[in-house]
Amino acid sequence: MNRTVTIEVKQLDRVVIRFAGDSGDGMQLTGDRFTAETASFGNDLSTLPNFPAEIRAPAGTLPGVSSFQLHFADHDILTPGDAPDVLIAMNPAALKANLKDVPRGATVIVDTADFTARNLKRIGYDENPLENGELEAYHVVALNLTGMTVESVKEFGLSRKDASRAKNMYALGLVSWLFQRPVESTIKFLETKFASKPDIRDANIAAFRAGYNFGETAEEFSVRYEVKPAVMPTGTYRNISGNLALAYGLVAGAQRAGLAMVLGAYPITPASDVLHELSKLKRFNVTTIQAEDEIAGVGAALGASFGGALGVTTSSGPGISLKSETIGLGVMLELPLVVCDIQRAGPSTGMPTKTEQADLLQVMFGRNGEAPLPVVAAQSPADCFAIAVEATRIAVTYRTPVIVLSDGYLANGSEPWQIPSVDSLPTIDPNFTVEPNATGADGKPTYLPYLRDPETLARAWAIPGTAGLDHRIGGLEKEDKTGNISYDPANHDLMIRTRQAKIDGIARTIPPLHVDDPDGTAKVLVLGWGSTYGPIGAGVRRVRTVGGKIAQAHLRHLNPFPSNLGDVLRSYDKVLVPEMNLGQLAMLLRAKYLIDVVSYAQVSGMPLGAAELAGVIGNLVEETEGIDDDARHLGTAAAKLTHWDHLEGAR
Amino acid sequence: MSTVDLGLPGGLQNGLHGVPAADAPQTRKEYVSDQEVRWCPGCGDYAVLAAFQGFLPELGIKRENVAMVSGIGCSSRFPYYLSTYGMHSIHGRAPAIATGLATARPDLSVWVVTGDGDALSIGGNHLIHTLRRNVNLKILLFNNRIYGLTKGQYSPTSEPGKVTKSTPMGSVDTPFNPVSLALGAEATFVARTVDSDRKHLTSVLRAAAEHRGTSFVEIYQNCPIFNDNAFDAFKNPETRDDAIIPLVHGSPIRFGTDGHLGVVRDGFASLAVREVADLPGGESDLVVHDAHTEDPAYAFALSRLTDAGVLHQAPIGIFRQVDRPAYDDLVRQQITTATQAQGPGDLQSLITGTDTWTVN
Repeated sequence: MNRTVTIEVKQLDRVVIRFAGDSGDGMQLTGDRFTAETASFGNDLSTLPNFPAEIRAPAGTLPGVSSFQLHFADHDILTPGDAPDVLIAMNPAALKANLKDVPRGATVIVDTADFTARNLKRIGYDENPLENGELEAYHVVALNLTGMTVESVKEFGLSRKDASRAKNMYALGLVSWLFQRPVESTIKFLETKFASKPDIRDANIAAFRAGYNFGETAEEFSVRYEVKPAVMPTGTYRNISGNLALAYGLVAGAQRAGLAMVLGAYPITPASDVLHELSKLKRFNVTTIQAEDEIAGVGAALGASFGGALGVTTSSGPGISLKSETIGLGVMLELPLVVCDIQRAGPSTGMPTKTEQADLLQVMFGRNGEAPLPVVAAQSPADCFAIAVEATRIAVTYRTPVIVLSDGYLANGSEPWQIPSVDSLPTIDPNFTVEPNATGADGKPTYLPYLRDPETLARAWAIPGTAGLDHRIGGLEKEDKTGNISYDPANHDLMIRTRQAKIDGIARTIPPLHVDDPDGTAKVLVLGWGSTYGPIGAGVRRVRTVGGKIAQAHLRHLNPFPSNLGDVLRSYDKVLVPEMNLGQLAMLLRAKYLIDVVSYAQVSGMPLGAAELAGVIGNLVEETEGIDDDARHLGTAAAKLTHWDHLEGAR
Repeated sequence: MSTVDLGLPGGLQNGLHGVPAADAPQTRKEYVSDQEVRWCPGCGDYAVLAAFQGFLPELGIKRENVAMVSGIGCSSRFPYYLSTYGMHSIHGRAPAIATGLATARPDLSVWVVTGDGDALSIGGNHLIHTLRRNVNLKILLFNNRIYGLTKGQYSPTSEPGKVTKSTPMGSVDTPFNPVSLALGAEATFVARTVDSDRKHLTSVLRAAAEHRGTSFVEIYQNCPIFNDNAFDAFKNPETRDDAIIPLVHGSPIRFGTDGHLGVVRDGFASLAVREVADLPGGESDLVVHDAHTEDPAYAFALSRLTDAGVLHQAPIGIFRQVDRPAYDDLVRQQITTATQAQGPGDLQSLITGTDTWTVN
């Protein structure tokens, strides 16, 4: 086939692409490969996998649709994008489930193979949407991808079923051509992945190449797109997901503390990948115990900490509920323990594969008695690494359980990460007690397990096997210094206040909250925590692009807060707090600082959208500046700034 | 999914392997802590504590390498009274906590002290999973067949029909037989002893300590306040000979005044108590106790000779003692194997990975 039209190459600054198909169609793998190609090309990127909890929901149904969205750009970006510029739909259900997110004018590539009357009817289409004009507003490329895949791999003698399974690679090849992605890494990947199955390997590679070549030779596309590499700070980069970064951060923390690490965990979505990754790292002196339940997972971790290791447990909201009593014991024992809560949509079982940040109040207060503990939260996939190191620092230095908050969005999403030098990470000193630290009533040297460092209020930590320092600890209230059981009223009050003061004092080692307020004239501050960092940042950029003045700050430490937080809040007329819950941080801020922050709550199981936030922020900025309702334009303008303007070169 | 041959950690037959030896002989007094013992007068726990404090020096290991972990209940105060490392944890969770400790520290002799409510009710799950994994730790289950610390509710080992504060018309629960439960979980060391028989108690503790893997020891322990004389049949000189079915490895199971009773095979996988005089072959018809029988069905059949209701008769001794690799040994072996195969991990190369790009 020879082309009769020349292909135009259009420069774009950024693109959002979404692959969608049945959960058995390999959409996550396809997305991962496109991400790897894009990362190696040097674009900045951000990803959003979105899949059902059912491993294989019935084929061709709406609940069975799995998707993977990737945003890549020639500049630094903050989110996986609100809406796709290109949708690849591998069947009618994928088209129907995703079309509502696709703006008019976007490109929709559809595999027509499954568009039979029966399949269409099954998902509520009375007519074929490819034929009835329903998709007029889009640039539709309808192709029999499955048929072409089968044709392209016929020389390998596979069954039609096996042959058609390579259709995801055909589609990947096609979009790799469309966006001029380097393809070598995908071919290498397929060679390794299917090394033991030569037929399947060759078929996948052939399908991938055929898809690429189809783009080159067919006349379906008159335009190819180019997104130049992003300008990023000098350094070595890799792409990393939140859960992998968290696993590596925990290992790094343990190594910097010179401690063996023991993970006790029970499988739970979306935290299981941390267990999987750590179970591969045995030669880093990492022990993983897949426990019989969530309680045993944290119990084993706490037992290991008692023995002088770094005990770690990883879970999601429902598991954290079960672990609460043991975490409370850790507060009482004053032993290091890192508890990772990869939040998912709740309550109860909720929506396991969807994201949310509604466990904040649970981890802050979900224990009996006054049981304060530090809480830190990662703000991006790569930040999970640094936050795990920070959690380890606090846990070991202050002898306390620490909660690390991540969520499904961070856990499964990925972004380029400038790989730090290990030597640049903080060193952590467990400062074990190895000699008596006091003199007893009998004048002999003795060990007081609850004698505290005057600076940090951390207790003396002697581990089993240390001669002369044997002692007993437990969940019953302790006498100050000796740790003996005590029911004395004044002692109880003292110990309650001391444990609280210890946690509050951690604020002295936390960097002050940084506020991004370019010319210092903003009246409104938008303050977030956790995974909303990207969407809030993107929303703020939009508002600034249309001339709005807005300050942004993001909390990584939620207990204790950075010590300048009160001053920061008081220096703005309005503080907007967007959260994927019903206002949990807002409640904490109001309670602690008596400032009536404006809560923006959205709890859909999906990340906040940048355009939506831009609208909210823009509106609040003008309201604060005293502009009447009907005269306001900032929010609308900021929200309207779409990817499509950029695609058409409007920016 | 596939399986691999785990191999067997060699030279680890003794439960104390890896625990450093004491520099000098120890005394009972060294193991007595400075805390005032606060059980009710006449509590069976006193006898167990005294026996345990007397027994620990015999092990010849460093005192600082003994770690006691307990849950919640009267018996769980035990660690406070021993001058070893100890943790009085939360209700039912001691086996889980001890699993983490034993896995992290092969140089410790780890003991779990628990009760019938702690181990069999709120902590039942951790108990069976610890037993099936065969973690190298020793579980002492003080069974008084009642909730003592909460002042007298029926427990998971209380006899059916028991009238307590929470069961004024009698308990309708079918009780657990702790030994049967442990054997059902395929525990490798399962024994039963009685608080008042110090000699027997000590011999069982010694065997438990030396066993590699999880040792499960049920101790019949009297609660004089809420369930007094629950084990009277085993203590009263007039009844005890016919009540205690003594399990001695290698000996025919014969007991009763003048040895008039014995244990014989009875139908499919069952055992029964018979008058020896009624047996055609006399003593030669009796079962010779073999604690090393691999199939737990034999020990299970023995455990069924325990009365489910009010106790009149029960086997006492070591039901089962078989070799199986300990969980913590296997876990540590995998770390060693991985480290030997690829060398100690290099953190910088780990986090860098294989797919990087450089921005200049």
